[in-house]
Amino acid sequence: MSLRVLVGVKRVIDYAVKVRVKPDKTGVVTDGVKHSMNPFDEIAIEEAVRMKEKNIVKEIIAVSCGPQQCQETIRTALAMGADRGIHVEVAGKEYEAMQPFHVSKILAKLAQEEKVDIVLVGKQAIDDDCNQTGQMTAALLDWSQACFASKVEKTDGELTVTREIDGGLEVIKVKLPAVITSDLRLNEPRYATLPNIMKAKKKPMAKKTAADLGVDLTPRHEVLSVEDPPVREAGIKVETVEDLVGKLKQSGVI
Amino acid sequence: MFGACCCRSESNLVCNSLCCVLVVVNISVQLRMTSVTPLRLVSRLFKPVSPVRTITLAYVTKQCDKGSTETYNSSYEPDIGNLYTEEHLSLRKTVRKIIDKDINPHVDEWEAAGEFPIRELFKKLGNAGILGVNMPQEFGGLGLDWSYSLAVAEELGYINCGSIPMAIGVQTEMSTQALAKFGSDELRKQFLAPAVAGDMIASIGVSELSAGSDVAAIKTQAVRKGDDYVINGSKMWITNGLKADWMCMLANTGSGPVHKNKSLIIVPLNTKGIERVKIDKLGMDCSDTAQIFFEDVRVPISYCIGEENHGFLYQMQQFQLERLFASGSLIIGLETIIKETAEYCSQRKAFGYPLINNQIIHYTLAELQTEVEALRALTYRAVARYIRGEDVTYLASMCKLKVGRLARQVTDSCLQYWGGMGYTKEVKVSRMYRDFRLVSIGGGADEVMLGIICKYMETLPTVK
Ligand SMILES: Cc1cc2nc3c(=O)[nH]c(=O)nc-3n(C[C@H](O)[C@H](O)[C@H](O)COP(=O)(O)OP(=O)(O)OC[C@H]3O[C@@H](n4cnc5c(N)ncnc54)[C@H](O)[C@@H]3O)c2cc1C
Repeated sequence: MSLRVLVGVKRVIDYAVKVRVKPDKTGVVTDGVKHSMNPFDEIAIEEAVRMKEKNIVKEIIAVSCGPQQCQETIRTALAMGADRGIHVEVAGKEYEAMQPFHVSKILAKLAQEEKVDIVLVGKQAIDDDCNQTGQMTAALLDWSQACFASKVEKTDGELTVTREIDGGLEVIKVKLPAVITSDLRLNEPRYATLPNIMKAKKKPMAKKTAADLGVDLTPRHEVLSVEDPPVREAGIKVETVEDLVGKLKQSGVI
Repeated sequence: MFGACCCRSESNLVCNSLCCVLVVVNISVQLRMTSVTPLRLVSRLFKPVSPVRTITLAYVTKQCDKGSTETYNSSYEPDIGNLYTEEHLSLRKTVRKIIDKDINPHVDEWEAAGEFPIRELFKKLGNAGILGVNMPQEFGGLGLDWSYSLAVAEELGYINCGSIPMAIGVQTEMSTQALAKFGSDELRKQFLAPAVAGDMIASIGVSELSAGSDVAAIKTQAVRKGDDYVINGSKMWITNGLKADWMCMLANTGSGPVHKNKSLIIVPLNTKGIERVKIDKLGMDCSDTAQIFFEDVRVPISYCIGEENHGFLYQMQQFQLERLFASGSLIIGLETIIKETAEYCSQRKAFGYPLINNQIIHYTLAELQTEVEALRALTYRAVARYIRGEDVTYLASMCKLKVGRLARQVTDSCLQYWGGMGYTKEVKVSRMYRDFRLVSIGGGADEVMLGIICKYMETLPTVK
């Protein structure tokens, strides 16, 4: 059997960049800041490509919702081995207010339109750490879900997924169609080679809007203020246990 | 980082690649009106010829194997502003990603341990195509011209130490080029393809205890016995030496003149009779540098690269790329040191204001940055000419000289402005100060480069 997979790839501020809050506290500085594919989504793409290499999957569609620059993120996915891309353009104020709920609606709609068997997304994005999109997509579609996957195997008509849960691993079977979210240890994503980067330029990328998909992007909540975390005060080094206990007492902690 | 022979003595006069180039120059001058391919003439004329000192630099010619003899004038200059296309930038992005994710977060730890997981890292680089950028596609390479290798070399400058770019350069430009160009298909299948894929680690064995700058003086012997060579001798300063799977070894195989009695032989380093000893160094902490002893080591005669006794010439040809790699791979490292020094000096206050406010400091940094840009321009120019098929020994030797000198100047000047901090192991500038000091020595010392440049300038006295 050959499956079709839709993989969500989000463009986020690169994990190595030191994030700065905008002076007006409406969000973080994104202009001129290096962006990359959300690392968990890279893992999701890698898993889809591996499934394709094992002939479990026939076609991989990479989708990204956001401004024009998301096309670079989709190209990266294509260079890693996705077959085609869909860019759902959401820009400006609308993009700033977009929430996992909206993205889930878009993914669910695309999953139906494209008749995919699996929606594969990262367990969370490293910018908002929401950890909601996969779950909500499964709910909207009423499909099975397997979140925080660290291993995905195909067993006839079903998937056997190992999930990372508190205190250990849980192995579950899910019926298809299903939504899977990738955890850190699912795989180690490959680096795109130059020939594949070149090939990726010729792969098709469709452009859509949320309106095309009938998704209303009206925000459900409003961000009042974005603040820097409190600055940690410098610590001190103590020589002995007695010193430590003394200092702790002195500071009123014990 | 192997030795380079400099023409001082009469024996060197015939063995240095430079003589070969000058011969080409002479012939080309004579043949400018004809369409004879100079390369063929060179090989026929490759015998002790002392360069005729009648030509001027204006006639350093386009490389022989193109068969054309265009002269060296400004209208002939390549457009170095266009050296990098979008593809080059894509390749650099991939390299950068590997550096940011799989290299830089671990460098401090590897430096402290005195080694890095070369096998694991090379496999990653191999998978991404980085170890075979200019290698033939039949053997897993990308088959691209050397401007792409320069793009990779430059990006490697983001690595926070000198050891790892050097290890990569040894694998891609120094140990495998002769094999790729002159090796048999069988040999390339067995040793090149796995090196390109990152499954095998390669090393280059030229230098010996008693022969570094004077390559022709090597003593290691490979004697034919039946279908094998029996190798005896030792090699010194071998980068990647402890972990390498094979060595591209220069050894004496004949009894003719010093430049016609050597061969390049692939020696698998798990062969019986080999012993490897680690060398403790001033810097390049996580690079493994070894002395390697060979006692009655047998390898098949078919492991000889190209023709027997042509090794010296093959080896000389690899020098260009090693030199270009050296300058290409340091540019960004030097810029980073200058930048970080500027940042440090903006924060550090003395006498009530930031250090950077001292004119001597901001001027010095500007001066150094200017030098780095000049080095970059020279390197790009040499590479642009190289990919056009020219022999760039002249420019490549200048790149190597300049990068060695400038690396010392930048790291020393910058370290000074870090004060006591600069003298600790906590800061990058001190590591680079130690690591980059090698550049003036390895891969042909500054003086050897000067000797070559002098030959082109025809100012080198002929010793009788
Ligand atoms: C860390 C490291 C890694 C290396 N890796 C490799 C490797 O992988 N493979 C390999 O084969 N080799 C390697 N080398 C060896 C390197 O190429 C030699 O050290 C170098 O060529 C110099 O040779 P030498 O050390 O024998 O110095 P010598 O030849 O003894 O020269 C000593 C000094 O004399 C001066 N000198 C030499 N010739 C002249 C001249 N004509 N005029 C004026 N002054 C002159 C120079 O200042 C030179 O530095 C490595 C070396 C180091 C330190």
